[in-house]
Amino acid sequence: MVQNNLDFEQPLIELEEKITELTKFMEERDINLTDEIKRLETRADKLREEIYSQLEPWQILKIARHVERPTTMDYINLICDDFIELHGDRNFGDDQALIGGIGKINNLPVTIVGHQKGKETKDNIKRNFGMAHPEGYRKALRLMKQAEKFKRPIIALVNTPGAYPGISAEERGQAEAIAKNMMEMTGIEVPIIVVVTGEGGSGGALGIGVGDRVFMLEYTYYSVCSPEACAAILWKDSDKAKTAAKALRLTAKDLLELGVIDDIIAEPPGGAHKDYKRSADLLKERLTQEINQLQDLETAELIENRYNKFRTMGYIKREVEEKMDESIESCG
Amino acid sequence: MLKDLFGGKSKYVTVERKRRSEEKEKEADDKKEMPDDLWTKCKSCKQIIFNKKLAESLKVCPECGTYFRLTATERLSLLVDDDKFEEYDADLQAKNPLDFPDYEQKIDKYQDKTGLREAVITGIGEINGWQVSLAVIDSRFLMGSMNSVVGEKITRAIERALKRDLPLVIVSGGGGGARMYEGMLSLMQMAKTSAALKRLDQVGGLFISVLTDPTYGGISASFASLGDINLAEPQAKIGFAGPRVIKQTINRDLPDGFQTSEFLLEHGMIDKVVERADLKNLITRIIDIHNLRGEKKNGTE
Repeated sequence: MVQNNLDFEQPLIELEEKITELTKFMEERDINLTDEIKRLETRADKLREEIYSQLEPWQILKIARHVERPTTMDYINLICDDFIELHGDRNFGDDQALIGGIGKINNLPVTIVGHQKGKETKDNIKRNFGMAHPEGYRKALRLMKQAEKFKRPIIALVNTPGAYPGISAEERGQAEAIAKNMMEMTGIEVPIIVVVTGEGGSGGALGIGVGDRVFMLEYTYYSVCSPEACAAILWKDSDKAKTAAKALRLTAKDLLELGVIDDIIAEPPGGAHKDYKRSADLLKERLTQEINQLQDLETAELIENRYNKFRTMGYIKREVEEKMDESIESCG
Repeated sequence: MLKDLFGGKSKYVTVERKRRSEEKEKEADDKKEMPDDLWTKCKSCKQIIFNKKLAESLKVCPECGTYFRLTATERLSLLVDDDKFEEYDADLQAKNPLDFPDYEQKIDKYQDKTGLREAVITGIGEINGWQVSLAVIDSRFLMGSMNSVVGEKITRAIERALKRDLPLVIVSGGGGGARMYEGMLSLMQMAKTSAALKRLDQVGGLFISVLTDPTYGGISASFASLGDINLAEPQAKIGFAGPRVIKQTINRDLPDGFQTSEFLLEHGMIDKVVERADLKNLITRIIDIHNLRGEKKNGTE
């Protein structure tokens, strides 16, 4: 249990422990400490709010990676009225790290794909810690093409440290699988909503990350590479990961500012893992709202908007004639 | 073989030819790879090779056949008919959108070192008379990594092929993948270039992807893998994850020849491994079979 605690929550945890102790004490000795407990609870709420309102990127990253964080399957179970998981890429196998299927949300048929992490060691080995192989990406694409055929909107839930870096993945074309997905997702003629629910690990995330809307939950990250890798490469020092986490601008707030994502979906106080139901409700509410909006669009408009969304990403400088007139062009 | 190549009918330009605007580049390269102007030591067989001879052999070691990397300009000289190349978007430069520490200095340093503004040269050139939209990545510039500018220039090269009904040839050679200094904005260039390729694909445009040493990460996992025809130079290292990361993850040694062109061919990821000396001819034949003349066809936009 200790390992699951977030170090920056320590004062809060101490306070919560004190409240538990007092409650126990009160029950045992039959002394009325209600006022005192109430006072402490108010303090705990305030402290929680304080801690969570000024989290450092590194701390957000820790919440995003928290082992108790709701997984794709948790969200599916809480959001869908019905869901049938579908398996296999029809070529090689069935990847347990990237799952998908069909279901209904408020009676609306949808296809959902998403990375799946495990909750404990055994489960995590089965799920390969949420790191998909090429067959995972190819299964996702198969299901998305199927969604297109039956005109179902697609929801892609991203939660991966990255695509699996291993011999088998390279042999089966990890790079091609991810590239192909991005290319094809550009043209799929039904709405696609992407939500980063935990870790948005680089190409492994983007492999199911092209959509009409891209959202991030409040305490998640989305990054070109892990801050640990970044620090190791740039400063030859993985201890500088905290610095890298800041420099990479990988939080939801940063990426909203940079125009990479469309919006942030709020999480319950203390993070999604503190209240699965509330977190799923907030997600569901947003998903249904967006799907309704997107379904009103003509297909051509939907595809055109999606193209333009990604076409305009990036920042460049155009230098005209020897710095005489340096006009800045931003395409983001 | 060399005699054939440089015999009477050779249409190849030797790699010594410099592009007018980028004299600097060659100089910088010389300093690094060549102890003096006369010879180079092969990293593989340790033989001393006269630079003139090395240039004649298109930077393939005449002794052991090891491939040396080409700069973008050398590659263009190899592919494009004499001076038949017009560069586009050469004025696009990187910003520092994340205010990433030391990024500007890095850019300055590599601009000085290579004489290039960014890691890719794009434009329209003629290959044995065929007009082609070209993009060539230079692996010396921040490991040929993709940032906003590289993504934008490649996307424009794709759009140029689409608008003018030209075949598209992209020569990839970047070990850096998506460039860290621009964070997610670099990663999104993968989606941007792939989206543009989808459009080219939908109108029947031809894209030949040439993978050279090294092609990794955000480059291999986007446009470089999406050719109608994927070609690779011999011995090139190509993959998604870097060998060090894989080794660390699986905690054992990697097999011989892992992530080489030949490995990719064996696993069905590329269409053909092609010798450097044959590349131009092969591209020409592919374009010829597709019968794209590089002129606007009637009835297409």
